[in-house]
Amino acid sequence: MNSNNIIFTDSSRLITESLVRAGADVFIGYPITPANLLYQYASKRYPVFMAAPDEITTLQWMSGFAVSGHIPVTATSFPGYALMIESINMAAMMELPMVIILVQRMGPATGTATRGAQGDISVIQGTMSGGFSLPTFSLSNAADCWEISAKAVEVAVKFRTPVILLTSKEEVMTMYSLDKSSLGPINKVNRTFYSGNETFVPYEPNENLVPEFLPVTSSEHQVRFTASTHDKKGIIQNASPEALANSKRLHTKIVSNLKDFTWYDLDEQHEAETLLVSFGITAQACHEAVAELRNEGEKVSLLTAKTLLPVPPVYYSVCSRYKRVIFAEENLTGQYRQLMFGIQPPAHIEGVNEFGHMISPMHIKKVIHNA
Amino acid sequence: MHREYLHEGALPFCLGCGHTLIAENIDKALQSLNIPLLDVILVTDIGCHGIIDKSFKTHTVHGLHGRSIALASGISLSLTNPEKKVIVFIGDGGATIGLQHLIDSAHKNFNLTVVLHNNMLYGMTGGQPSELTPLGFKTPTLPEGNKIKGFDICEVVASTGASYVSRVVGIGNISEQLAEALSRKGFSLIEVMEICPSYAVKSNPGMKLRQVTEDAGLSVKVYADHNIEGFRPEIKSETQSLIDTMPVIPVGYRSERSVPAKILIAGSAGEGVQSAAELFARAAIASGLNVTKKGSYPVTVGIGFSASDIILSPDPIQYTGSPDPDYVIITSTDGLEYTAGLIKKMNHGVVYLDESLPTPETKATVVRIDYRKTAGARNAAIYSLLGLAKREKLFPTEAMLDILNQGKLSGKADWNKMAEGI
Ligand SMILES: Cc1ncc(C[n+]2csc(CCOP(=O)(O)OP(=O)(O)O)c2C)c(N)n1
Ligand code: SF4
Repeated sequence: MNSNNIIFTDSSRLITESLVRAGADVFIGYPITPANLLYQYASKRYPVFMAAPDEITTLQWMSGFAVSGHIPVTATSFPGYALMIESINMAAMMELPMVIILVQRMGPATGTATRGAQGDISVIQGTMSGGFSLPTFSLSNAADCWEISAKAVEVAVKFRTPVILLTSKEEVMTMYSLDKSSLGPINKVNRTFYSGNETFVPYEPNENLVPEFLPVTSSEHQVRFTASTHDKKGIIQNASPEALANSKRLHTKIVSNLKDFTWYDLDEQHEAETLLVSFGITAQACHEAVAELRNEGEKVSLLTAKTLLPVPPVYYSVCSRYKRVIFAEENLTGQYRQLMFGIQPPAHIEGVNEFGHMISPMHIKKVIHNA
Repeated sequence: MHREYLHEGALPFCLGCGHTLIAENIDKALQSLNIPLLDVILVTDIGCHGIIDKSFKTHTVHGLHGRSIALASGISLSLTNPEKKVIVFIGDGGATIGLQHLIDSAHKNFNLTVVLHNNMLYGMTGGQPSELTPLGFKTPTLPEGNKIKGFDICEVVASTGASYVSRVVGIGNISEQLAEALSRKGFSLIEVMEICPSYAVKSNPGMKLRQVTEDAGLSVKVYADHNIEGFRPEIKSETQSLIDTMPVIPVGYRSERSVPAKILIAGSAGEGVQSAAELFARAAIASGLNVTKKGSYPVTVGIGFSASDIILSPDPIQYTGSPDPDYVIITSTDGLEYTAGLIKKMNHGVVYLDESLPTPETKATVVRIDYRKTAGARNAAIYSLLGLAKREKLFPTEAMLDILNQGKLSGKADWNKMAEGI
């Protein structure tokens, strides 16, 4: 490194700065290791910072700010996330933009607060009752922390949805040298509110399947936000066709716009028959393993998933080109692998897994060599 | 009765339900206060009372069971216009499953009014008892009568220092009492005692609401009226960038190191291990290296071990783990205990050990140095890392001396002499 722009930072700082630059303006938090740096930076950087008395309150306050037109953020780990789940469903049903940073640590339960993990993919996948999805992004390096965090704000606003930013202890608490000139400009998200003269219909979707937003501070139009099954006017319905269609739209608006927020790195090697798939902290080990393997004359490709959920269809087409596909992830059973290929994946879909330790490049190489 | 805030037509409740009386009296109270329709934000809980939304012409927000006060608190916190009126409709069920929110909001004195619809049971789910069901009160699931005495929620809320708390019996015209609660600054709670004709009347034939209230020992009165200005959060118009304000580390030296070096330093909490490791990392960066650093310590940060993993590399570092470090420095007994397992497994590399410690079993080279004696417990970590940089030719010690002599550690020891000596 030869630049005069080197700083010694951690990813919590990058994520916070990126979210704020993108337009997130409120942070509500309840402390939990390993998300505490995010909380600490937030207290200095967001225009509004509030310490909540628990994680349910956190999500409810965030929702309150969101119905007034703000873009709230929180950061937590599994124990807090578990408490938030019903309220995240509420926010999704109300179609509120917000960003929830989930910093994974070793579970189950309180587990070990200071050990990393990638064990919450299934929980996120199952967060929404009824098979609905929340856009979920994984951060694999400093560049992702900077760029994907900002994009998370954009997705939350554009599609009126809670967005999950998935990271882990080793990612947000490790300090590293960084050339800050590598951090490009971040534009503040362009947010518009309903400005028509006709009666505002809170859940009337546009062509993107997303309704226009109007905060409850409006003095021109009545605004309704409803978490129970509701029609376009936001009025509770038992299960009228209109209300059911509205609920289904929540799913369709995410999956049909998925290509707008499908982000991944694909490093394919000509003639490689093995594909390594990873994300987050383990992607860093994969990069190192792949570089070493190639130096040793081995052919291997690497897919780094950034958009984790919903699973972008392109991941399947990439996987289908390989004789061997190996998912590297720091959990017991291979949650992302199982999510993509079932509880009993076909034999050529393998896993490198660890519990309680980061997966090392050596471990990955060993599995690849054991063909 | 002329309606302003409610649509015309029947309200969605069973005949004779107290919820109807409350909704109509809220309309009347708002009329008397002359609050513009769209200045009202009604937040409703889950329960029978919560299906009122469609009847109101105000803004309405309908969330989860028990969480409406927290949701309304978020809305209240977000408002910059003090004219806006946030009202919560909640049942005795919602108020008790979400008791934390009620107490929190009351004690922080958020600007909102809670209208507690206390019909002494869970109406929506079939008349089960709630935490506020009085002793002896019967419900369909409790035909023998409640064996536990419900508590006085007004008393609890008043004890938090809430701005306004009162209880009324939901019979006749209660709009004045509601208007009083609505007109107070900060947090106000008004509990309205009522009857659920569908579940309570059949179970408690001949019961009279006033009598039940009295028998339950619940006073009908104003519990608190402080009219205290409500809480508004600080909104910072300008906050400083977390990146632009970071010190840039100028690269003024050159490291000759051609491969990564993985280092683990372990010592005791309170002996400056983390700050020494960070200083060392900065010096490595100033020498043109890429660096990562992690800290490990027990949750009780003031006692026990304190350790740091550092990786230095001429090339970008991807994997930040170092399960098999090249160099381990141990400056204290805590550090030795923490690293014992690792050292035993090491079959390459060097273990730098304080002279005072017993030599552990390992295949790594062990070098014993008098860190603590020479530099003192407080500076042993810095001294050991200076030594490591020098002996292992990781980067010029001048890079570290620059930081030591310029920063807040300057003068704390004769760093130059220390560097020469090691
Ligand atoms: C978390 C959760 N638990 C349980 C329920 C089921 N539930 C719906 S309403 C209700 C109680 C309603 O009683 P109350 O709040 O007193 O209102 P009321 O119906 O009497 O007006 C319950 C338990 C729920 N919706 N959510
Ligand atoms: S069940 Fe009881 S509380 Fe619910 S609407 Fe009917 S009378 Fe009212």
